Amino acid sequence: MRPFVYERAEEARSAVAAVADRPDAMYLGGGTNLVDLMRLGVAEPARLVDVSRLPYDTVGVRPDGALRIGAAVRNSDLAAHPAVRRAHPLLAQALLAGASGQVRNMATVGGNLLQRTRCAYFQDITKPCNKRNPGSGCPAREGDHRNLAIIGHSEACVATHPSDMAVALAALDAVVHLEGRDGPRTLPLTELYRLPGDDPRRDTVLDPADLITEVTVPALSFGGRSHYRKVRDRASFAFAVVSVAAALDVAGGVVRDCRIAFGAIAPVPWRARRAEEALRGAPATEDAFAAAARAELGQARPLRDNAFKVPLARNLLVRTLTELVVA
Amino acid sequence: MRLNFTVNGRATAVDDVWEGESLLYVLRERAGLPGAKNACEQGECGSCTVYLDGSPVCACLVAAGQAEGREVRTVEGLGGPGRLDPLQEAFVECGAVQCGFCTPGLLVQAHDLLERVTHPSDAEIREALAGNLCRCTGYEKILDAVRLAAERKAAAR
Ligand SMILES: Cc1cc2nc3c(=O)[nH]c(=O)nc-3n(C[C@H](O)[C@H](O)[C@H](O)COP(=O)(O)OP(=O)(O)OC[C@H]3O[C@@H](n4cnc5c(N)ncnc54)[C@H](O)[C@@H]3O)c2cc1C
Ligand code: SF4
Ligand code: FES
Ligand code: FES
Repeated sequence: MRPFVYERAEEARSAVAAVADRPDAMYLGGGTNLVDLMRLGVAEPARLVDVSRLPYDTVGVRPDGALRIGAAVRNSDLAAHPAVRRAHPLLAQALLAGASGQVRNMATVGGNLLQRTRCAYFQDITKPCNKRNPGSGCPAREGDHRNLAIIGHSEACVATHPSDMAVALAALDAVVHLEGRDGPRTLPLTELYRLPGDDPRRDTVLDPADLITEVTVPALSFGGRSHYRKVRDRASFAFAVVSVAAALDVAGGVVRDCRIAFGAIAPVPWRARRAEEALRGAPATEDAFAAAARAELGQARPLRDNAFKVPLARNLLVRTLTELVVA
Repeated sequence: MRLNFTVNGRATAVDDVWEGESLLYVLRERAGLPGAKNACEQGECGSCTVYLDGSPVCACLVAAGQAEGREVRTVEGLGGPGRLDPLQEAFVECGAVQCGFCTPGLLVQAHDLLERVTHPSDAEIREALAGNLCRCTGYEKILDAVRLAAERKAAAR
């Protein structure tokens, strides 16, 4: 591991200043992804600014019912919070489906959003990888890509975003609050992430000095009728092969409204707006759910070894929505 | 740098810690506590599990500086002087230990479960221990041990 300076930030402005001044400084949350990547030689910051003890460590409910989630809140504390479990069960389920108890106890909300892809070539510095080393090529395209993207990927990079939590937050129209070089600003979570195109280096639109301070989740009247479902290669403690976050509002057998996002099929948490569009006003039947899935997944361009994800994602959505109708 | 933290109830200062060291390294190589084990160093096996401020974490993924001012409790601190925790006794009695490499991490993680849940279901035990890998036992005896310890702890309450 390359030598680095460690400092603990006491407040947001000084943290931003500390990173803004130095191109090779990085924020440190719980460290469960960054410490790993530093050990692997994938990340080589010269300075770590620990933001895990900033006072953004509480979960609250605003008068309008919106959830306020501090960026330093531990994944386990967020999953256990009564307001989350009551109003947004899919968010609690997504968190609990991720990693292990030990990792969730350390991982923060900010760090979870900005965790890097689990593409094996990205994590192996002896291999080429356009994301890690621009222009070196993408061995995953012809190599091991069984668990990589089927949608939204590019010639340059076919990696997926690994977060479970971000999929639930994408479905819930979450908003990310930032403190940056020019002061505070907000960004819808779905606009935080960017598709790789011909420059896969950056996963998000953020400047390196942008500090995530908070995530807000607007109230959703039918948030209680929601579910996060994750398919993985073993029963627990594995990244998703495909996942879906869905909330459904049905009245008189008709879909009044819905929120849908897929995980592990794209370089970003994939908000399924075409599927949502197809469903609003449609009968709450398996046929209509399958048609909505087709509307979304018709854009899929699977690779040699991951075409199975297309029917898997479709079936997962149909099953999840069907169960939400009777729930 | 100098690291000040509390280990198993005792205020501890360790000098000459390099920023890139993990909490696991500091505990094993500098604080004389080799209980927590070093295996994957990637958060995948749980053999390095210790309590940090009362919650079990993978010490291999904690940078030394992150432990400053905090409380660490390792497997060495589960029992009292000359006395095993009932969970440790149950592991011995049930034959839940073969090579023993995974045992310290499992003990800390299962200890936390029993602190939080009096009568854990099998599903809860399995999920709580999902981050702890054992290459020897096949887990059945480990489940037996956690069930036995849960019964005894509940009876003693
Ligand atoms: C064995 C293992 C299994 C896992 N399985 C899963 C899984 O199944 N599902 C899943 O979703 N995740 C999984 N994870 C990933 C885990 O969720 C992430 O490692 C964790 O959420 C990252 O949070 P952190 O606080 O530790 O981030 P860090 O490692 O501290 O940071 C990650 C990134 O975020 C940046 N950062 C941190 N905080 C901020 C902030 N406030 N503002 C701006 N930038 C910030 C850092 O600079 C860094 O680039 C797994 C991890 C491990 C080790
Ligand atoms: S898919 Fe992306 S991250 Fe993986 S090797 Fe290709 S460029 Fe690198
Ligand atoms: S050594 Fe820490 S989880 Fe394996
Ligand atoms: S007893 Fe050998 S790894 Fe568990």
